[in-house]
Amino acid sequence: MAHVVLRNVSKVYEGNVVAVQDVNLEINDKEFVVLVGPSGCGKSTTLRMIAGLEEITKGEILIDGVVVNNKPPKDRDIAMVFQNYALYPHMTVAENMAFGLKLRHFPPEEIKKRVNEAAQILGLTEYLNRKPKALSGGQRQRVAIGRAIVRKPKVYLFDEPLSNLDAKLRVQMRAELIKIHARMKTTSIYVTHDQIEAMTMGDKIVVMNNKLVQQIGTPLEVYNNPVNKFVAGFIGSPPMNFLDCTVKDSNGALWLDFNEFQLKIPSQFVDKARPYVGREVTFGIRPEDIYDRSMYQGSIDSNTTLANVEIVERLGAEEFVYFATNGGYSFIAKYDPQVNVHMGDTNREVIFDLNRSHLFDKETEMAIY
Amino acid sequence: MKETRIPLTNKPYHKPSEIFLINAILVVFVVIWILPTIGLLITSFRKPEAIVSSGWWMAFSRVNEFTLENYRAVLLQGGVGRAFVNSLLISIPSTILVIIIAALAAFPLAFFKFPGRTFLFVLFVSLQVIPLQITLIPVMKMMSALGISGTFPAIWMAHTAYGLPLAIYIFRNFFAGIPYAIIESAEVDGATKFQIFSRLVIPMSMPAVASLGIFQFMWVWNDLLVALVFLGGTPEVAPLTVKIASMKGSLESGWHLMSAAAFVSMVIPLILFLSFQKYFVEGLTAGAVKG
Repeated sequence: MAHVVLRNVSKVYEGNVVAVQDVNLEINDKEFVVLVGPSGCGKSTTLRMIAGLEEITKGEILIDGVVVNNKPPKDRDIAMVFQNYALYPHMTVAENMAFGLKLRHFPPEEIKKRVNEAAQILGLTEYLNRKPKALSGGQRQRVAIGRAIVRKPKVYLFDEPLSNLDAKLRVQMRAELIKIHARMKTTSIYVTHDQIEAMTMGDKIVVMNNKLVQQIGTPLEVYNNPVNKFVAGFIGSPPMNFLDCTVKDSNGALWLDFNEFQLKIPSQFVDKARPYVGREVTFGIRPEDIYDRSMYQGSIDSNTTLANVEIVERLGAEEFVYFATNGGYSFIAKYDPQVNVHMGDTNREVIFDLNRSHLFDKETEMAIY
Repeated sequence: MKETRIPLTNKPYHKPSEIFLINAILVVFVVIWILPTIGLLITSFRKPEAIVSSGWWMAFSRVNEFTLENYRAVLLQGGVGRAFVNSLLISIPSTILVIIIAALAAFPLAFFKFPGRTFLFVLFVSLQVIPLQITLIPVMKMMSALGISGTFPAIWMAHTAYGLPLAIYIFRNFFAGIPYAIIESAEVDGATKFQIFSRLVIPMSMPAVASLGIFQFMWVWNDLLVALVFLGGTPEVAPLTVKIASMKGSLESGWHLMSAAAFVSMVIPLILFLSFQKYFVEGLTAGAVKG
């Protein structure tokens, strides 16, 4: 049962190096929150401040309504899983998991019970007497997770726990962590640079960049309604396409003018776009919202252009098609494998689903719609 | 097409002929090193008249010349037994004290951030360049002022002080190699600073403790100068080195006793080295973090 609040939390290192600036965040009980962003964005520092491993320069962190700024890590009732596992090399798996409980003077039977429980959940029962060096990377990470589970803390903190594992193991462990959270229902804060982990694991995701929180929301909110160009480009793979253009008003409608072609702004966005008439903006559209003529179900109404196929990446279930227009715009589309498209095709008709498109202010990079 | 080998480890690959050459050179060195020791060992078991009449390599053709009398004489009558005990009484505390104090000093130097940390560390390291001989007179004056000159505590203090700079340096560098995440993980687990030191850092630093312990023990065990200066030659406190040196003067041509006494003085370092050598080889931190 824990409710974590960050109020205007900042971290400034010696020499005025700002690592985190004015983070405000509220994490509800049982929530799984993912802090995601590129390296150096301040997400790990934020987590380490919650853990108590990093002093807070400004602001307050509250766990269950109590300010913990000056409490050492051991008094915050948290457990943390580190990227490089940080196991105690001279202790067996069982001793590693029991260490925190022993320090807290739990009775031996209780320690044994909890260690066995955790080992069972994580499939470590047969390895309990091994030392970490006799384990594989995935098993070591399980031990690190087990060490957190046995403590039954108020909050779990994960600092990029899967980034040292190979791709296949990472997907598997991701699913296991989701299962463990569903079972334990403990408030969890998870740091990753991997937007897929963020999308799949988080009840709520916090996108950070350049020391600042950019957006907080559910994965789908962040995906569908990014507040700025950074969030739009960071979440989603392949990333959203960005094309510069100008807003024009003619024939009673608003247009995005790309010189060689024009796209008509859908009526529901007109009010938001009107202040930008005559100004340069950035048009954003995700690869899956770009269609080939043969697959498009909707109506065709000034939402197409002609483009040349530069590269086709065939992944089996889908295809990534890299287009370039004669005027020099390039973008990536995600096509159904049934579309008959080949490298070197010229002047193919490409349709943009403008109802799902985005527009960003070119200067502030904030979303217009 | 030429076959290429894919190395399975990051060790450099050597051709069989190279391995043979390396081993041959090693064998030569081992023989050069070990031959005098074997000679000493055999000599120590020979009768005095045999020693002066033929070389030790002849011993096996004259089996009836072997005897245990030398050891009996040395250990029971010559005072070597007493000196052996004195050597242990000097070396063991001087080693343990260095390990404890140096580890406690190196822990904050490696893991805590405080002003002057680098300065302190550099100061300790630079103390190593001061020649021991320069300090003998002032330290001896200090010992007399304290009234402990010629006693064991005096030499414990002297050896501990002389051993600390190197020991702190070695421990600090070893501790610095321990992944910091392990320390942080223990903090989150609820360990106090002292628990981190005693239950994690020291057990993980056993290779450093063992090798440093051996170095310090050997240095103290083999030391003659410091013992002579701070203890003098009184038999109650004189260690083996002092005893053997004095035997050489008093027993001209007493080679049978000298060789037995010398071998007695070698036994402890040999046992120590053989029993702890695995720590030189084994890196205890393997498997702690992804490597």
